[in-house]
Order: sequence, then structure tokens, then C-alpha cells
Amino acid sequence: MKRGALSMIRLVGGTARDLTPIVVIVAFFQLVVIRQPFADPIQIAFGLLCVMVGLAVFIQGLEMALFPLGEALAGAFARKGSVFWLLAFSFGLGFGTTIAEPALIAVTEEAAVAMAAAGVIANADDTRAGYALALRYTVALAVGLALVIGVVRILKGWPIHWLIISGYAMVVALTAFAPAEIVGIAYDSGGVTTSTITVPLVTALGVGLATVIRGRNPLVDGFGLIAFASLGPIILVLIFGIVVS
Amino acid sequence: MTAPDWLSVVAGALGGTLLDVLPIVFILGFFQLAVLRQKIANFGRMIVGSAYVVIGLALFLVGLEEALFPLGRELARQLTAPEFLGSARAGGPLSWGDYYWVYLFAAAIGFATTIAEPALIAVSIKASKVSGGTISAWGLRLAVAVGVAVSLAVGAFRIVTGTPLHLYMIAGYGFVIVQTFLAPKLIVPLAYDSGGVTTSTVTVPLVTALGLGLASTVPGRSPLLDGFGLIALASLFPMISVMAYAQLSAWRSASRSRAINRQR
Repeated sequence: MKRGALSMIRLVGGTARDLTPIVVIVAFFQLVVIRQPFADPIQIAFGLLCVMVGLAVFIQGLEMALFPLGEALAGAFARKGSVFWLLAFSFGLGFGTTIAEPALIAVTEEAAVAMAAAGVIANADDTRAGYALALRYTVALAVGLALVIGVVRILKGWPIHWLIISGYAMVVALTAFAPAEIVGIAYDSGGVTTSTITVPLVTALGVGLATVIRGRNPLVDGFGLIAFASLGPIILVLIFGIVVS
Repeated sequence: MTAPDWLSVVAGALGGTLLDVLPIVFILGFFQLAVLRQKIANFGRMIVGSAYVVIGLALFLVGLEEALFPLGRELARQLTAPEFLGSARAGGPLSWGDYYWVYLFAAAIGFATTIAEPALIAVSIKASKVSGGTISAWGLRLAVAVGVAVSLAVGAFRIVTGTPLHLYMIAGYGFVIVQTFLAPKLIVPLAYDSGGVTTSTVTVPLVTALGLGLASTVPGRSPLLDGFGLIALASLFPMISVMAYAQLSAWRSASRSRAINRQR
């Protein structure tokens, strides 16, 4: 218990260091560039304390639960020896975590407004809602498929750069055909899909798989799932834009 | 703000985080019970750890929402406001060079938020463990943060000048492809991953505020068309900076071993 408290204090100290740049930069711009005092210093100090402690507790939980969980799953699926269920799990994890992602919901709603303003879809409430929902399913499907491809790559030991480079080539080719309004949204949708809880879990899964499969290097083969999960949505949203228009 | 207000805010964030975790719990539970049918080792420890993850993330978000985001959004708004930009220069229409504080702010805030990004901390801890310490967690985070800083400054410049996003993306992709063949093989998958992890909890809300603020005040820009795209650039440049970091350290250790050989 005492050791736990000590390591917690050390963690909070570490997160204080992580937050120093934000504090320095915001203070500099506020006081030197804009030249205005802080409106409510006590609230800001309390908020910073929350951020510091929260980050430390999160990292503690990461090492206790998310990392071991991802690795245990990789080991369990390897023991079971069923590629089908492993791929089904990968798809489910990608699709399920993305469809409920708040950042994605926000982006798809903005996208629907942008497309209605551009005249690509009718500017009515239900048309916009339908468009946003279809876009959300497209992105979730893309993340699910991307994780499946990423896991197959780990199983087969394919070098990652050929897959990613051909993905880029597809993005460039599709950009030429897609309506201009969807391009920015498509590129952004790749970045918003990977949430703070999904990333550690997926990373541990990939590294765990590459560790238990003979002949795979955890560093070379284990990483890369997140890269697929960010590229997949760009491609499918561009295709979605072309099909819908 | 009084104590009960804080409590209700924390409770709200806790509920929101739990809602985010629900699909993951559901999927994990289904596969565990229906497919794998195996006992989880250290079950109690996992439950406690998961509670830590949810509580930690909720506290983190509350702190951001109450302290840092309002400040950041307000700064982004004020720095892009015509009054501020106009006072920097007497008369005449603004040129792209008058937005220098905006570029500097974009770069600085991109760097600072990336250092504090929980998903990136997770990946860098893992990478440092898997590589047996040859990839330092802190070095990786610094490299990614520099990448995000450059990308946001470039992204702000793009919105001010109104140049098309896909040109930057295609040039960046080209650069990544060339670097892939030159960089040490071990870093490539990690570099690709670092593109995706940079933009989550901390960075996205601030960056979006900056992009929309710029796009709505720069004459001739539409927030709908030009406000997007900052996040895309922020997930492209870290790949370049992480590979550059690996190339640099490989080059430095090579020249150091050459120097040692010469001394012998």
C-alpha cells in the first residue's frame, strides 16, 4: 500500500512535467501577447490538478488492465488457433469502438451540414441525419476492415510499407475523383477514430500477437494496427463521397 | 465555481467515459464468454485497473474542460480576431505574414498538447518496453510533438493562404514513402502508428477551435471547407518527424562508432 502510494506520487510528478509546456505556453500568450490577466486563476489551478491526477491514475490503470488485457487476448486467440474468430474479434473491436466514438459523431454531423450547404444533399433535417449516420457506419466499417487487414498482416508477416504505400496511392487516386467538399472530411476522419482507450488495447493486441507467433518480431510486426485504422477510413469515406454524389 | 458544481461536472464526465467504454466491455465480454471461454488471469486486478482507466480519464477530461480548453479556445479566437491582427499593423489589407502569432501559437499549442496526449504516452511506454529501451519513450514523444507542431503551423498557413489541402497531403505522402526506404527498418511501423495516436483527447478540440476560428475570420475562407484538414496534417507530419528522429540517432551512433574506430 505504501509502495503504491509512493509510485502514485512519482507518477503525478511525471504528469506535472508533461503539463508544464501547456501551462507555460498558455501563460505566455495570455500575459505577453494578448496582455490580459487570467479570469479565474483558482478554477484553472483546480482544473490543472484534476488533469495531473487524472493522467497519473489513467497511466496506472493502463499498466494494470489495458496492456495485460490486450496481451491476454492475443495469447488466448493464439491458443485457440482459430483465425476466423481472431479476425471476427478484430473487426468487432474496430467497428464497435468507432461507431460510438463521440469525436466521430461530431465530425459526421458537421460533414452533413457542409454537404447540405454545398448542395450535394438536400438541406432537410432527416436527409442530413441520414447522411451523417451513413458516414458514421462507413467509418466504423472501415476501421473494422482495417484492423482485420492489419491482423492478417501480422499473421502472414507481410512488410507494412507496401500495404501503407498502396493505401496512399489509393487515397491520391480517389482524391482526384471525389467531390471537393468531402476531401477534408475524409482526411480528418482518419485521425478522429482512434480513441484513448482503443489505442492501448489495440497496440497491446498487435504486440501480443507478434510475440506469441513464432518468427515475428514484436517491434517490426506488432506495431502498425493504428496506422491501418487511420488510413482505412480515409479510403472508404472518399469512396462514399464518390458514390453518394 | 462551488464544490457541488464540481461534483456534478465530475459525475457527468464519469458517466460519459463509462458510456465510451461500454462497447469495448460488451465486445470483450462477448468474446470472452462465448468464444474463448477461458478464465481471465488476475481478474480482480483487471477490474481495479479498468476502474483506474475510467476514473483517470474522466478526471483528466474534467480538468481540460474546466481549465485548459476555455483558455485555449479564447486564445485561438483572440489571436485570429481582426482587431488583434490589425493592431499589429497600421492600415492596408492583411497579408499572410501578419499572422505570425497565429503560426507560433499553433506550433506551440500543438507541441504542448501532444506531450500530454494519453494515447501517445501509452504507445511510447509500449514501444520502449518492446525495444528493450533502445527507443526511449520520452524521445519518441518529443519527436511526435515536433511533428505536430510543424503540421499545425503549416496547417494555419494553409488556411490563411487558401492553398488546397490535397497538395500538402500528397507532398507529405511522397516524403513519407521516400523516408520509409531510408529510415531504419525497426522504426517504420511505429512511425506509421504515431500518425494516428497524436490526435485524440487533448489535441482535437483545441485544433478544431483554431481551424474554425481562422477559417471564419480570414476573408474569403469558408469554415466548412477550410476549417477541416488540420487534424489530417497533424497525423501526417509525425510520421516524418519520427522517422527523421530514428535516422538522426542512427546517423549519430554510426559517426560516433567511426570516431571510436579512428582513435584505436
